[in-house]
Amino acid sequence: MLAGNRKCITARAPEKVGEGARAVPLAGHVGFDSMPDQLVNKSVNHGFCFNILCVGETGLGKSTLMDTLFNTKFEGEPTQHNQPGVQLKSNTYELQESNVRLKLTVVNTVGFGDQINKEDSYKSIVEFIDTQFEAYLQEELKIKRTLHSYHDTRIHACLYFIAPTGHSLKSLDLVTMKKLDSKVNIIPIIAKSDAISKSELTKFKIKITSELVSNGVQIYQFPTDDETVAEINSTMNGHLPFAVVGSTEEVKIGNKMVKARQYPWGTVQVENENHCDFVKLREMLIRVNMEDLREQTHTRHYELYRRCKLEEMGFKDTDPDCKPFSLQETYEAKRNEFMGDLQKKEEEMRQMFVQRVKEKEAELKEAEKELHEKFDRLKKLHQDEKKKLEDKKKSLDDELNGFKQKKTAAELLQSQAQQAGGSTTLKRDKERKK
Amino acid sequence: MPCTQSQGQRNLEGYVGFANLPNQVYRKSVKRGFEFTLMVVGESGLGKSTLINSLFLTDLYSKDYPGPSLRIKKTVQVEQSKVLVKEGGVQLTLTIVDTPGFGDAVDNSNCWQPVINYIDSKCEDFLNAESRVNRRLMPDNRVHCCLYFIAPSGHGLKPLDIEFMKRLHDKVNVIPLIAKADTLTPEECQLFKKQIMKEIQEHKIQIYEFPDIEDDEDSKLIRKIKERMPLAVVGSNVVIEVNGKKVRGRQYPWGVAEVENGEHCDFTVLRNMLIRTHMQDLKDVTNNVHYENYRSRKLAAVTCNGGVDTSKTKNQMTRSPLAQMEEERREHVMKMKKMETEMEQVFEMKVKEKKQKLKDSEAELERRHEQMKKNLEAQYKELEEKKRHHEEEKSNWEAQQRILEQQKLDASKTMEKNKKKGKIF
Repeated sequence: MLAGNRKCITARAPEKVGEGARAVPLAGHVGFDSMPDQLVNKSVNHGFCFNILCVGETGLGKSTLMDTLFNTKFEGEPTQHNQPGVQLKSNTYELQESNVRLKLTVVNTVGFGDQINKEDSYKSIVEFIDTQFEAYLQEELKIKRTLHSYHDTRIHACLYFIAPTGHSLKSLDLVTMKKLDSKVNIIPIIAKSDAISKSELTKFKIKITSELVSNGVQIYQFPTDDETVAEINSTMNGHLPFAVVGSTEEVKIGNKMVKARQYPWGTVQVENENHCDFVKLREMLIRVNMEDLREQTHTRHYELYRRCKLEEMGFKDTDPDCKPFSLQETYEAKRNEFMGDLQKKEEEMRQMFVQRVKEKEAELKEAEKELHEKFDRLKKLHQDEKKKLEDKKKSLDDELNGFKQKKTAAELLQSQAQQAGGSTTLKRDKERKK
Repeated sequence: MPCTQSQGQRNLEGYVGFANLPNQVYRKSVKRGFEFTLMVVGESGLGKSTLINSLFLTDLYSKDYPGPSLRIKKTVQVEQSKVLVKEGGVQLTLTIVDTPGFGDAVDNSNCWQPVINYIDSKCEDFLNAESRVNRRLMPDNRVHCCLYFIAPSGHGLKPLDIEFMKRLHDKVNVIPLIAKADTLTPEECQLFKKQIMKEIQEHKIQIYEFPDIEDDEDSKLIRKIKERMPLAVVGSNVVIEVNGKKVRGRQYPWGVAEVENGEHCDFTVLRNMLIRTHMQDLKDVTNNVHYENYRSRKLAAVTCNGGVDTSKTKNQMTRSPLAQMEEERREHVMKMKKMETEMEQVFEMKVKEKKQKLKDSEAELERRHEQMKKNLEAQYKELEEKKRHHEEEKSNWEAQQRILEQQKLDASKTMEKNKKKGKIF
C-alpha cells in the first residue's frame, strides 16, 4: 500500500480526505497551521450570506421575532388576514458586526393559515424553496459559470411558528412540516409563548415532539459530531421546540433597559432564560450553528433536489453494464439521442407528406380517368349521331337523285309528246288500240 | 411569484452574534482537514527533492522512499507522493507531484505533454465527480501550484523554460524559481532575475501573482516580495551549527549558505508565501480560474461542437448544456413548423394547379363537345331544310304533273269527244 503511493496517476479516487497518504513527522514548524486562518480571512473578505424562512400563521409574531433576533427593525406593515392565498415575500438586508458582513434574507409567508381551505397552503412554500434550488442548479450547470460570486438564495433555516394553543400541533402544521422536512432545515418554535404557563409548556413541548416523531417529521438536529460544541448542542436538542417571545420595546428592569413585554401582572423579559427560550434560539441559530445550517442545506437538501432533478432528466451515473459514465460521455450520449430524435421527427414529417402527395396524386389520376371516360362516352354518342345523320343524308340524297331522275324522265317524255303534237295523242291512241 | 427586495444596510442596536460566524467556519475547516497538491518541474539535479524536504521540514524523499532523481528515467514520468502532516491541530494531506526526466533527454520536444496530461486528468476527475448524479465528498486532487525550477545560468531563460511556461500558465498556477541560487552572487542574481522577468513579460507568460491582502502592513510586504520575483532558492537537508545556532544550510570551505537567511536566498519568502499566507489563495485560483477554464472548454466542446467563437456560441456559454439542448429543441420545433407550413403550401398549390388543369381540360372537352353537337344540329337542320325543300318541290312537281295529267286526260277526253262528234277528218 505504501509503495503504491508512488504509482503514476491513481486510478481510484480515495473515499476520504487523507486516505492513501502516509503520515510523516515534521522536524520543525512549517506553518500550514495558518490554513484555517487563511480560509477564514478569505470568507470574511468575501462576506457571508444567510437566508431564513419564517412559516407561520398571520399574527404569530414572525416579524417581531426577526427584529428581536437581529436587533434591528426590518420590514414594514403587519399583514391582514384576508389574503387569498399564501405568498412569499422576501427582503434582503446587509448587516455588519465587527468585521463580519452578513447578507441576510428574511422570507415571510404571507397569508399562511388564513384561508378556509388550506390544502394548498404548503405548495407555494415548497415551490419557493425549489425555485431557489433550481436557480443554483442552473448556475452550476452553466458552461461559463460564476459560482464564486453567486448570490446564494437557498433557504438555510426554516423557523416554523407553532401557535401557543397548549394542546397539540394543528393538522396544517403537520402537513406542512412533512412536506418541508426533506427540503429545508426545520426549527420549530412555539410563538408568543408568554401565553402559556411553565407546566403547560412542558406538556406542550412533549406532545409536539412526540407528534413530530410519530408522523416521521425530520426536524433539524443541532450537530453533535464536533467535540467543541457537541455538549451544548445536544443539551439544546432536548429543549426543542424553543418557546420564544419577541419584543422590540424596552422596559427598565433594575437599572438596565431590557427588551420585554409589560403586563399588569408582570414583565416578560425576552432575554431571561427563565422566562423563555429566546436566548437559546439565538445561541443555536446564530452564534453556534449558522455555518452548519448553511452546510446542511448545501450538502443534504440541495444534493437531494439536484439528484432528483437530474434523474428526472434521464441522467445516470452508470450505464447498464455498471461502468461509470464520464460527464462528456453522458452529455454526448444525450446530445446524440436528442439529435437522433429531432432527425426522426423530421423524417416522419417528410414521410407523411410523401404519403399525402401519393394519395392526392392517385385521387387526381382517378378523377382524370373518369373525365376521359366520360368524354369517350360522349364521343361515341356523337359518333353514333353522326352516323345516323350520314345515313339520313344518304337516304335523302338517294331520294333526291331518284326524284331528279323521275323528273328528268317525265320532262323528257313531256317534251317528246309536245313535239309530236297530236301524234302523241295518236301514238297514244295507237297504243291504246294495240 | 415572490418578490425579493434588497433593503440595503441596517444598523444593529446591540450584539447579535453572527460575528461568531468566522469561528464556526474555522472549527469546521479544522475538522474537515486540508488538501494541497504541489507539482515540481525542472531538469534533474536542480535540487527539487531537497527543496521539498526543506519546505516541509520532513524527509518526503528519504532512504526508504528515494526521490525520483535517484532513478534513471528514459522518458518523462509524472509521479505523485501523498503524505499526511499535522501541525497545531491542523491536518494537511500533501501531494507532491514530481516530473522526473523532464528536460533531460536530447530531444525534449513535447516533454511538457505528460505534465499537461496529468493536470488535465485531475481536472477531468474532479469534473466527473462534480457532475455525478450521486455526489459524495469530492477530494480535490487538482494541482494547486507548479514550482518551475530554472537552472542558475545567470543569463536568461532557456527555450524549454519559455515553452513550458507558455503552455502551462493557463492551466495551473506557475511559480518560477531560480534553483541552486548559492551559485550566484547577489549582483548576478539581481541581473538574472531582471532578465527573467523581462523575458516572461515579453512572452506574455502569466505567472502566479500573489494578490494583495487588505492589511496595509502586509500589502507593503507583498509589494517588496513581488520585486524579488522570481524567487531564488536554496535547499538543504543538513543541519549545521552556525554561531551556536542550528540551521539548515550548505557547508562550503568559504562559509555556510543558510537556507533560512533572507540575505542568502529567498527561501523564507517562498515558504511564507506558499504555505503560510497564500496556500488557500492558490487553491482558490485553481478552483475559480484554471478549473473553470478547463470545464467550460470541455463542455463547450460537447455542446457547441467546438464551434467558432461567434455571438451564438457566446450565448450558448451562459447556459447549461441541457438548457442549450432545450433551446435547440425549441428552435428545431419552430423550424419544423415552418417547414411543415411551407410544404403544406406547396402541396396545396400543386393540388390547386392540378385541379385547375383538370377543370380546364374538362371545360375544353365540354366546349368541343358542345361545338360538335352544335355542328351536328346545324347539319341536321340543313338536312331538314333540304328535305323540306325537296318535299315541297316534289309535291309541287307532283301537283304540276297531276295537273298536266289532268290536262292530258282532259285533252284526250275532248278528242274522244270530238271524234265521237264526227269531227273526224
